[in-house]
Formats: sequence, structure tokens, C-alpha cells
Amino acid sequence: MTRRAFRRRVLMHVLLVPFLLFAVFPFYHMTLTSLKTDRELYDRGAVPLLIRQGVTLEHYTKLLTESMFLTWTKNSLVVTLLATVVSLVIGTMAAYALARLKFFAVGSFGTGIFVTYLVPTSLLFLPLAQVVNWLGLADSKWALVVTYPTFLVPFCTWLLMGYFRTVPKEVEECAMVDGCTRIQALWRIVLPIAIPGLVCAALFAFTLSWNEFIYALTFTSSSDQITASVGVTSELIRGDIYFWGQLMAGAVLGSVPIVILYVFFLDYYVSGLTAGAVK
Amino acid sequence: MAIGTLPVTTTARLSLRERVSELLDREHILGPLFVSPAFILILLLVAYPFCMAVYFSLSNAFIGRPSHLIGIKNFINLWDSDAFRQTFQNAFVFTGVAVAVKLVMGVALALLLNQDLWFKRLIRGIVLLPWVIPTALSTLGWWWMFNSLYSVVNWSGIALGIMDPPGPNWLGQRYYAMTAVILVNIWRGLPFFVITILAGLVSIPKELYEAAQADGAGPWARFWYVTLPMLKGVLAIVVLFSTIFTFSDFNIVYVLTHGGPINSTHLFATLSRQIGLESGRIGEGAAISLYLFPLLAFVVYAQLRYVRRQVN
Repeated sequence: MTRRAFRRRVLMHVLLVPFLLFAVFPFYHMTLTSLKTDRELYDRGAVPLLIRQGVTLEHYTKLLTESMFLTWTKNSLVVTLLATVVSLVIGTMAAYALARLKFFAVGSFGTGIFVTYLVPTSLLFLPLAQVVNWLGLADSKWALVVTYPTFLVPFCTWLLMGYFRTVPKEVEECAMVDGCTRIQALWRIVLPIAIPGLVCAALFAFTLSWNEFIYALTFTSSSDQITASVGVTSELIRGDIYFWGQLMAGAVLGSVPIVILYVFFLDYYVSGLTAGAVK
Repeated sequence: MAIGTLPVTTTARLSLRERVSELLDREHILGPLFVSPAFILILLLVAYPFCMAVYFSLSNAFIGRPSHLIGIKNFINLWDSDAFRQTFQNAFVFTGVAVAVKLVMGVALALLLNQDLWFKRLIRGIVLLPWVIPTALSTLGWWWMFNSLYSVVNWSGIALGIMDPPGPNWLGQRYYAMTAVILVNIWRGLPFFVITILAGLVSIPKELYEAAQADGAGPWARFWYVTLPMLKGVLAIVVLFSTIFTFSDFNIVYVLTHGGPINSTHLFATLSRQIGLESGRIGEGAAISLYLFPLLAFVVYAQLRYVRRQVN
């Protein structure tokens, strides 16, 4: 590398620093706060950017023993896993049909899926609350399992259509000439080739439903039915006294499952994020 | 078409199983069959609720009381409410500023990430992080950062000498509160811009830059006459997507300010929830959320007409 290219490269990294700080600082500060003793936390003379008076896990133990955080996390997991699996199955079927098969009104159905994908949840939560009531699911986490697919299925379908289109038609036709039925060809040939797409769709569905907030806030309210996001934002704040350490511990722990997935599957997230918009 | 199976006429008796699998090989049967679960779901839980929202908005529905149709009264009467007029203005300020800043910062950051870097994967991972974490929870972190007594933002500002102690009460003063809400939206929405624009940048053929350079174009000219025109389609898609999701945002405002102080940060979604659920005036609440609809319809139209055609 020439000296000039080297200097240029260093300059690029320096220019990146403010952006990276902006992205990461809130998490740093959240984690830091959750590990501080109350004495240091509420000492207005202390430096808020560091821990100087020792690390404590007190906020975490209090969160896990004195609140229903574990129940909320369990609810989040149940809702997220079920909604993801259901949406993935429905989405895969629809995407395969839309990408591969010729039938009545296939084009307008594809458009319909795309339009649904753009409908924001904040437009529908009021009437959906009524539907949830009629289904007898008011204040139940099952209401979320039923309603989350409304935004997950369009997303999965859209993403998977793109992947199915990249599988060469000839591969599938060969299998069918060799005596496979279409379903067998789909199951044994197309789906295995589309595994990266399926992983990507599953990750996004998991992330979107783990992070969902407005439906969870609207359709559930009892402590034993709410999800982690709702629990931390509503149950840990009582009255005017905020327990900031515990609150931040909840925010950190509530993000952990997503961060773990994220660390392992970063590349899928990158490709999925662009596929959702560009493909 | 049935390619692999025998024609039905040649075999005298087919078992039920064979007959079913023969039917499933026909595209005009398998297609609708595969699409029907998604279709039913969308019909029951998207289309139907949408019609209900329209019905509510045209009625004086109140939680637990029979309702009557009152025409478009809700939509008109809302303009008499200070809270709604304020919300209407907030929604455009919030969306306009946030999307514009995200676009400019997104292009800048994508250009940086497109350079030769040492820790490419790590840097990308950090940049994308705010988009992955549950918004409600990360916004709690920002809430703490803007706390009136212990704000780390103010502490840093004072330490750097750019703020006079004690610094602004971020969430208690109207313009500061709006700034805070927009800032968090930018923080959370920037990764989507960066990653998508970066994908667009990577797909620009290198030859174009070489040709431009051979013709004597400097870095600025190359950006203006090669990069931007080639990115036009991607930028249009990103802006349209982001406009919808920013305009209909709920989480950030709900957690950070609850619409306050004095409605100065309310958006349609948060006001609609407050009126429709917390006050029980469902009809009015539905009308407020339907004010999201014209922009949604415009974006859908633009996406379908302009952008899709370009990409195809």
C-alpha cells in the first residue's frame, strides 16, 4: 500500500468514528447504568460515562426476583417462535405459488401482498383490538400469535419470492421429468436450494415480532400475558420514582436474544434488509 | 402441467392418494391452494379491520356503547381540536426533518463504508445495531439519557463547554422534545438507509468511474454525475419506505414523551391511541389514524408505478 493510500484509509476510519459512537453510545450507557450502584447512579457529582465505585449485579438480581421479567421473556419467546413458524409456512407457500405457478389473478395477488407489506400496524390496531375481543382473545398472548402474521406473512412472502425466482426453473423441471410430483420437487429440490432465503426470512420474522410493540401494548395488559418490551416499559415504571438501574437492566436483558442471533447471522441481516426494499 | 405422472385416462383405477397428487400437479389448482392461507389471513385480519376502521371513523363509536353513523363529522370536527392541529403539523415536521437527515447521513455513511476498511464486518455490525434492538427498549435508554436531572447528554455538553449548566430540559420543553424524538428516529432508522444505499453503491459498475476519471472528472464531479444518477432508483425506494414508517411511527414518541409536553410531539398513531383507547372515543381515534391513509396511498401508488417499473 502506498503511503498516500494508507493515509487515506486512516482518514476514512477517523471520519467513521462519530457515526459509530452515535450508533453504539446508547447501548454502552444502558449497560453501564445497569451495572452501577444506586449511590453512584444518583450522585450528581459523579462522571456518568464511567463506573468508579464498583460494579454491581444488584439491579439484575432484583429484576429477576422481584418482577415478572422471566414470565414476560417466556411470553415473548412463545409468541415470537409460534408467529415465526406459522408465518414462514404460510409465506413459503404463497411465495412459491407467486414466483413459479401460473393461475387466476396471480399478478393482482402479488400486488396485494406488496400493498399489505406497506400498511403500518399503527393504522389497524384500533379495529384489530375489536377483532381480538370477538375471537375471545382479549388480554391474552394468543392474540399476538394470531395478529403478528398479518405483518410477517407479507414480509416473508415478498422476501422469499425473490429467492425462489433465483432457483433455476430447469432444476425443478428435471426432477419432475424424473418422476417427482411438483410437491416433491418443491420439498426435495427447491426448498433446500432456498435455505439461505428461509433462514433470512425466519431471522427477520423473529426480530420483527420480538421487537413488536404497539399490538402487544394494545392487546395484552395482565402481568402474566405481556411481552418483554411491554413489561419493561410499563410494569417497571410505577408512579414517579423510577428505578433506573433495574429499568436499564430490563432493557439490556430484553435485547439479549436478538443480539445473540445478530452476532451469529449478521450477513443474513444485511442481505435481508436490502432484499426487503430492493428486490 | 403434469409432466411426470401418467395421463389419467391410461390407468383405469387410481387410488385417492394418486388422484390428489395428480390434482396438485396442476398449476391452476396448486397455485390458489398455496396462496389461500395468506389470502384468508389478509382478508380477515387486514382488509376486514381496515373496513372496520373506516366504519368506526364514520360513526360516534364509544367503548361499550352502540354506535350510529354520523358521516364525515369526525374528520371535520378534528380540525376544531388544538391537539389534532398540533399533531398534524408535528407529523410533517417529524417526517420531513427525520427523512431528510437520514437520507443525507445515509449517503455519507454508505460512501464511507464503501471504501477499503480494516474492520469492515465489525463496522457494519455496529452501524446496523440500532435497527436490530427492540425500539421500545432502546428508546428507554434514550429516555434515561435525556433525563432532566441526570442527563448524560447535558453532562457531556457542559463538559465540552457547548452547553450552559444545567442544560436544556430535553423532554419538558416543546422544541427540545421534538428534537429529541427526531434524533432517536434518525438513530434508529439510519441503518436501513445506509445498508440499502450501500447495496446500491456496490452495484454501480467500476468502469463508469474509470471512464469519468479518464475524462478528467474529479471526486466531486464523479459523485454528482455518476454516483447520484446511478443511485436514483435506490434512493427513491428508500425514501418512500422510510416516509411511510416514519410518518406512522408510534414506539419512539410513546416511550419518550407520550406526545407531550402539551401535545408538542404527538403523531397520528400516538394521538389516535390516546383518544381511541385511553379516552374510549373509538370513532374519533379511528378517524385520526385514517389521516395516515392518504400518504400511505400515495406511497403505494408511487412504488407500484414509478419504482417497480424502473427496477424491472
